[in-house]
Amino acid sequence: MCEGALVIDRRDGDAPEAPGRGETAATEAHRAIEAIWRIESARLIARLARVVGDIGTAEELAQDALVAALEQWPAAGVPERPGAWLMGTAKHRAIDLIRRRQALERRHEELGRDVERAQEGLDLDTAIDEEVGDDLLGLIFAACHPVLSKDARVALTLRVLGGLTTEEIARGFLVPVSTIAQRIVRAKRTLAEAHVRFEVPGGPERVARLASVLEVIYLIFNEGYSATAGEDWVRPALCEEALRLGRILAELAPTEPEVHGLVALMEIHASRLRARVGPSGEPVLLLEQDRSNWDRLLIRRGLAALERAERLGGAMGPYALQAAIAACHARAATAAETDWPRIAALYDAVAQLAPSPVVELNRAVAVGMAFGPAAGLDLVDALIPDPSLQAYHLLPAVRGDLLRKLGRSEEARAEFERAASLTQNARERELLQRRAAECAADGIVG
Amino acid sequence: MRKLYQEETEMRVLILAKEGEQSAAAKPPAADAMAAYQKFNEELIKAGVVIGAGRLSPSAQGKRVRFDGKKRTVIDGPFAESKELVAGYWLWQVRSIDEALEWLKRAPYDGGIFEIREISMSEGV
Repeated sequence: MCEGALVIDRRDGDAPEAPGRGETAATEAHRAIEAIWRIESARLIARLARVVGDIGTAEELAQDALVAALEQWPAAGVPERPGAWLMGTAKHRAIDLIRRRQALERRHEELGRDVERAQEGLDLDTAIDEEVGDDLLGLIFAACHPVLSKDARVALTLRVLGGLTTEEIARGFLVPVSTIAQRIVRAKRTLAEAHVRFEVPGGPERVARLASVLEVIYLIFNEGYSATAGEDWVRPALCEEALRLGRILAELAPTEPEVHGLVALMEIHASRLRARVGPSGEPVLLLEQDRSNWDRLLIRRGLAALERAERLGGAMGPYALQAAIAACHARAATAAETDWPRIAALYDAVAQLAPSPVVELNRAVAVGMAFGPAAGLDLVDALIPDPSLQAYHLLPAVRGDLLRKLGRSEEARAEFERAASLTQNARERELLQRRAAECAADGIVG
Repeated sequence: MRKLYQEETEMRVLILAKEGEQSAAAKPPAADAMAAYQKFNEELIKAGVVIGAGRLSPSAQGKRVRFDGKKRTVIDGPFAESKELVAGYWLWQVRSIDEALEWLKRAPYDGGIFEIREISMSEGV
């Protein structure tokens, strides 16, 4: 324990390259605190949640410690072990709280459980430096608990695990701050009322609970990768947040193949982020992207994660299969070299594991590329009656593409226009309108 | 750099470990120092910060190419400025330079200079 062991300033003040030169010590301390908070907050909340029993209280205690740091560090300097300082400060408040609760509960003759917890709380003295891995994993499982709505899981996960502020989350999802704040408050209440325990689930429950965690991370990633609404086509900050969560999860649960499958999928998709946006912010489709702009490092990491998933054995799950599809694109030096028959086969496997009309639509695209647009169009046409695709803009977009390749430009134009009217994303709408215009031009040229 | 999106994104930083030349005669690091380093590295990986890392072979095995107009001169190692030589590197993905700084300060080293350099995501690189 080094609580209170403050040093004046660890910065090498007279070095000419000292970062933050010219800033006041207070500004510098604030920036350091912000960075330290990002590093420590999830671990802090995870350990406190285990002790006090609920996320809401844990987060309040962690925030109290942050406020104490903001009050003390600018004058006293950043402590040598800031994480331990924050934990120590929060721990004292947690113990006070537990004692107050104990006094209250003694009256209610419900002593047993909290005495145990208080004991755990007091043991924190020795526990601070221990591994927090299981606490962190428990917190991830709790924040992504199926008792919460998807929106609530996403907001709570970004808040307690990503260390994002309510404002940052609201900006990421283009919704009012009050909406996110409410979602988080309600989510914490729901978890407390449902007595959700901070444990890493085992047995058959683990599979379902892990699926919920992966879904939340992938939702965050996808909202950044193809923003469903707004002016920007991609919002990379959300992708980066999701990738970070995925990478952390892969170290916490290294034996779960689907965790590596999801990480592989996100790494490879993220490798194309730069190439996915044109000079004026417009979307650039996969086959038209400048592949020299793909991030080789992320591709390599993605392929390594996919290998890790495969090495763990067993049948490939939906995420690993989708990662394998992404890997086919990543390995092709040019769009023309893409192994479309393999991609079509992989989509077949995805469709058998997790049947969905969207997967069928993707399979149709691959089949169209592998075996000709007529074969693809047959599959797409079979999807038209599907009620869940009625308002899905990519159905007419794919259909338009196949029709155009078949020389049916007028029908293709109508499909692209329909797709443009269905998307909520401004950039995507422009792209689809441009494609409709190109089809119209086909007609004029002959 | 052309700003494509109206938001803050993460950054990649290169950490250059200027630990100086590792001479063949130098003692290998003590076991507890190695253990401390490994623990720190694991912590970084578990936090999702490390995206690449490596140690460099002694500069005796390195080569330099000096460019002067059309002329190229190959210089064999070892290189003279031994204190400033890079012995290893980390590639980190962080949200800010401050975050990189906070992580780096925690590294269990008792000597050497460690440099943090942001990698600018310029086009076509």
